Amino acid sequence: MKILHNPVETEKQEWKKERNRQRAKTALTIFSPLFLLLIWEFLSRSGLMDARFFPPPTTIATAFVELTVSGELFEHIQISLFRILAGFLLGAVPGIILGLFMGLYAPIRHFLSPLIMALMPIPTLALLPIILILFGIGETSKVVTIAGSVFFPVVINTAAGVLSIDSMYLDVAKNYGASRKDFFLKIALPGSLPFMLEGIQMGQAIALLTIVAAEMMGARSGIGYLIWTSYNAFLLKDMFVGLILISFFGYLFSLLLRGLQKKLLPWR
Amino acid sequence: MSGQPKIAIRELTKVFYKKQGSTTAIERISIDIAEGEFVCLVGPSGCGKTTLLRIIAGLEKQSAGRFEIQRSGKDRPSQSMVFQEKGLLPWLTVEENVAFGLNMRHLPKAYVKEKTQYFLTKVGLEKFAKMYPKELSGGMKQRVSIARAFANDPEILLMDEPFGALDEQNRFILQEELLSIWSETKKTVLFITHSIDEALYLSDRVLLMSAQPGRIAADVRIDLPRPRKLEDIRSHPEMAAAFSKIWQHLQDEVQGSRE
Repeated sequence: MKILHNPVETEKQEWKKERNRQRAKTALTIFSPLFLLLIWEFLSRSGLMDARFFPPPTTIATAFVELTVSGELFEHIQISLFRILAGFLLGAVPGIILGLFMGLYAPIRHFLSPLIMALMPIPTLALLPIILILFGIGETSKVVTIAGSVFFPVVINTAAGVLSIDSMYLDVAKNYGASRKDFFLKIALPGSLPFMLEGIQMGQAIALLTIVAAEMMGARSGIGYLIWTSYNAFLLKDMFVGLILISFFGYLFSLLLRGLQKKLLPWR
Repeated sequence: MSGQPKIAIRELTKVFYKKQGSTTAIERISIDIAEGEFVCLVGPSGCGKTTLLRIIAGLEKQSAGRFEIQRSGKDRPSQSMVFQEKGLLPWLTVEENVAFGLNMRHLPKAYVKEKTQYFLTKVGLEKFAKMYPKELSGGMKQRVSIARAFANDPEILLMDEPFGALDEQNRFILQEELLSIWSETKKTVLFITHSIDEALYLSDRVLLMSAQPGRIAADVRIDLPRPRKLEDIRSHPEMAAAFSKIWQHLQDEVQGSRE
């Protein structure tokens, strides 16, 4: 047996193997959606799958271009994004503030927890009829619906975040004479931020689910409305454009929040 | 010793009450500590030394008795604590951690900056000012903790086994650094440790505690001149005698608690 004594060369070979494995994994990740689209295109065009229900991706792409050129798509996107953003803020900001108070002050926590726990399982969408009666068919009702579904994960996670802060940090704050305000802003807020951002991430996902359903039931515009009317008119190409847009925005928001997380939590 | 003691502790008792029964953590502890004295509290684990320190630090309330820290000026905080490892706030940078006490007192920005800078340099971490605690080694974290306490310029310093989690080499280095900063400021220090060597090297006085209930069992004076060298502790015959006296006591305590 020949004994090679070249440790660097050996490790270099290992390193190359490992790198190739990583590249193969990346390639698979990129390839999987493409693969799905190819199969879909093939099945749809060959007639193995009913093209009326599953139009080939290339025709969906054409529909996307047509809707974009006509300006219709832009309008729907714009109004949906506005509703998501407004509803998100209206739900998340009170959720954060209330969550901090609940985490910090036991009486508030014990008083509000049962109420929140009892209200949380009720889907906001089930309340949509009441919301429509209360706020009308205008923008407010959609914004309120989204706010309602974003609020719960944010408030619960923020409160849990405050409770998760190591008691050592509370001792440090007390020992160095932190005032109530400093305690709130310098300890509770940053300390609960990791949990809070998880809650916001969940809220974001729920907001997207809610907007589509809310726009299907009581709206004259928006991506959900586009999906619903296209479906009713049997314009399934257009419906798929709506579905793909929702998927795209969900992915985009997740990425943005991940970025925000990195930015806000450099200490993690 | 002349005049009033810096810290006067009288008949301090702490009982932890639970449904299953109460335990007396410390019982009728009375101590006088003079201005500028470095005092180590040594005792077996569970003897209530941390409880005593936490009461003086204002983190726990005594069940009976009282203590007083003599104030030299009303702007000065009465005490600051150097916590065990993990005592740094992870979301603040090194610099912000050192400035924490000063910022909590809302002192002028320029003053805070100057003080912070001074003590960061003192502990040799000025290059790490913008880093977060997670990026530091255990020894560096404790340096930041020490800098934070000294920067706050309190009447007395409380230290709760600050070097307990460090490896031996780092502990020696930090002990030396602590003594060098302390000798400049001459603060009164109450320091908890379970290391006899550490107590002998650092302190003017070693208070030995007994366990359950925690009491002061002995008061050993360490007269070794300063500045001290670590080697002195090992070679000095008097220190060897002090070591065996303390060791004897601890042994008895630990044995006693087994029975």
